[in-house]
Amino acid sequence: MWFEELLISIKASMVLLAPEMVRPLVSALLSSMPILMSFGGLFAMVTLLERKMLGRIQNRLGPNRVGPFGLFQPVADGIKMLTKEDIVPHSADHLIHFLAPLILLVSAMLGLSVIPFGQKLVAVELEAGILFFFAVGGAAELAVFMAGWSSRNKYALLGALRAIAQMISYEIPLILSSIGVLMAAGSLSLVEVVQAQAGGMHAWYIWTPWGFLGCILFLIATLAEVNRSPFDIPEAESELIAGHMTEYSGFKYAVFFLAEFVAMFAMCALTATLFLGGYHAPLPILSFIPGPFWLFLKLILLVLLFIWIRGTMPRLRADQLMEFAWKFMLPMSMANLVATGLWIALDGGVLGWILSAILNGAAYFGWSHLLSRASGVKPRVYQYADDPQTHA
Amino acid sequence: MNLLLTIIALITLASAVAAICLRNLVHCVLCLTLSFAGIALTYLELSAEFVGFAQVMVYIGAVTILVLFALLMTRGGKELHLRSWNPGHWLTGLGAGLGTLGVLLVGIFHSKLREVTPLDTKDESVHALGNSLLDTYVLPMEALAVLLTVALIGAALLAMPERSRPGQTFRKVSSTKEGPVKD
Amino acid sequence: MHTLTPYLLLSAGLFCTGLIGVMLRRNAIILLASIELMLNAANINFVAFWRFHPSSEDVSGLVMVLFTIAIAAAEAAVGLALVISIYRHYRTTNPDTLNELKG
Repeated sequence: MWFEELLISIKASMVLLAPEMVRPLVSALLSSMPILMSFGGLFAMVTLLERKMLGRIQNRLGPNRVGPFGLFQPVADGIKMLTKEDIVPHSADHLIHFLAPLILLVSAMLGLSVIPFGQKLVAVELEAGILFFFAVGGAAELAVFMAGWSSRNKYALLGALRAIAQMISYEIPLILSSIGVLMAAGSLSLVEVVQAQAGGMHAWYIWTPWGFLGCILFLIATLAEVNRSPFDIPEAESELIAGHMTEYSGFKYAVFFLAEFVAMFAMCALTATLFLGGYHAPLPILSFIPGPFWLFLKLILLVLLFIWIRGTMPRLRADQLMEFAWKFMLPMSMANLVATGLWIALDGGVLGWILSAILNGAAYFGWSHLLSRASGVKPRVYQYADDPQTHA
Repeated sequence: MNLLLTIIALITLASAVAAICLRNLVHCVLCLTLSFAGIALTYLELSAEFVGFAQVMVYIGAVTILVLFALLMTRGGKELHLRSWNPGHWLTGLGAGLGTLGVLLVGIFHSKLREVTPLDTKDESVHALGNSLLDTYVLPMEALAVLLTVALIGAALLAMPERSRPGQTFRKVSSTKEGPVKD
Repeated sequence: MHTLTPYLLLSAGLFCTGLIGVMLRRNAIILLASIELMLNAANINFVAFWRFHPSSEDVSGLVMVLFTIAIAAAEAAVGLALVISIYRHYRTTNPDTLNELKG
């Protein structure tokens, strides 16, 4: 609490320094500045972390030349990106080509403004905060289309269309799996969602059967929504060069990269807020450590999970991706909603817990059994590897 | 006059006019998106939070994308002119539009509603909205859910590629004979 | 200072823009988009009347807008699917050339 009081009093005294006329503007600037700065810094660190971790997964060192342990690599990358030539194709639609990365970045950044970083640390406290988050996320699809269409490049257009189809398909399970939390908390405001999970780890929604399934569905949909591997089909290098980013170079490309990472941070922060107790400490004893620390810790753990997945999973095919969204994710999130309703109707008691667990488990095993029967895919048989003759 | 509202209204109107005047159809749709965003801002200015965000989500996130996809699938980017110049047609169209505008303006400026002043605050609109949706308007909402499901399935069926059934010859419209079709 | 007039003017302007768009454009997709514009113009009026309504509990204006948005989305989906399937058949999206009943 002391940390938040300190920040708030610093901000209040700084606002008082400004002339009367511009105080609302200064207040808004001071609220958004820490978010912009901390996530810009986090972006730089995570790019390095990702390359290091992928390197370890692939049994190599990763960047280690610039500075101690390669710590200044992001700075070198930034200088490289800034000094590169900014090439715009001759037949491109210049205005739209220019606007696309900006809109993408703004839409990613705006989502962060409704995330509560502490009890009183929320840039914009909205009554319908989560709806705002998803609404500005929708503008990203438009930006991707603008980038792909204005480039006048077949790869760019195809990549953009794939990206949009994927984002729209996964937006449905994304929103449906978050609705359970909103039902349990009884509010669309993220501040109230976090307050409903106060009092230690056991109150977090991930420890309920519907919260557990919802969290997994939400994370998978997040991976697809921010075009991370294994769902990075829009930018599949081997098929589409770089998707909608093909015709971008220099700083605009860096802006795309930044927007993608900020969108990932925003989605991870939302996951932490919805399912992992947001800024609350896991144990009440630890609550003397300020809230933003816990939120960032959870955020970075989720980002590490994403990097781990990227290093492990092969890329899906486009049709597999769509089938997974519509045939598996959507029915699962619907079943999860029913389970949430059951849990709430029984006031979250033991009976409610067991019944919703049974419902979710039955939905998962039953549906996946039916799907695998319908698809006719059998377990893979290896012709030589499992042959006892060769082992002997 | 409210300065913020004036700016929003001017942007909304200008982009709407641009949307029906521009020649490149993708530009038209992008201008239309700007117009929808302006309308959402108008809702927010009227302190209707939920409806404003729903507008952004449905129109900017879904309807515009749908329209753009449809444009690309029908090679709409090639329509480079408005209706062929036919004075009668243009006069009728503009006349009907401006006539409607005139009638609406007369109605607006003769109405007594113009003197109504708003309540100072209209808070808790989200809670009130949620309660009334599940209380007073629950039946229309269920009907709407059915409508949306039917629309989803119907749209998917309509847009499915036509397949020739056994025993039926499929008349394929050839575009090679006539060359690229001009609108 | 704060009156209903600017909202009504904005709504009237948007409605007539949409109307002119419907009458003068020759691409079925833009016609559908213009119809969306007209629906939105009506929605502005609903929200404005809700805001200026003396009762603080009544939200029927907002409910109406939500219903309109949902129906407009359904209409856009079905309408565009129709346009695409018509385009597959006739290779055109100009509604003026679709003047025969034969499929």
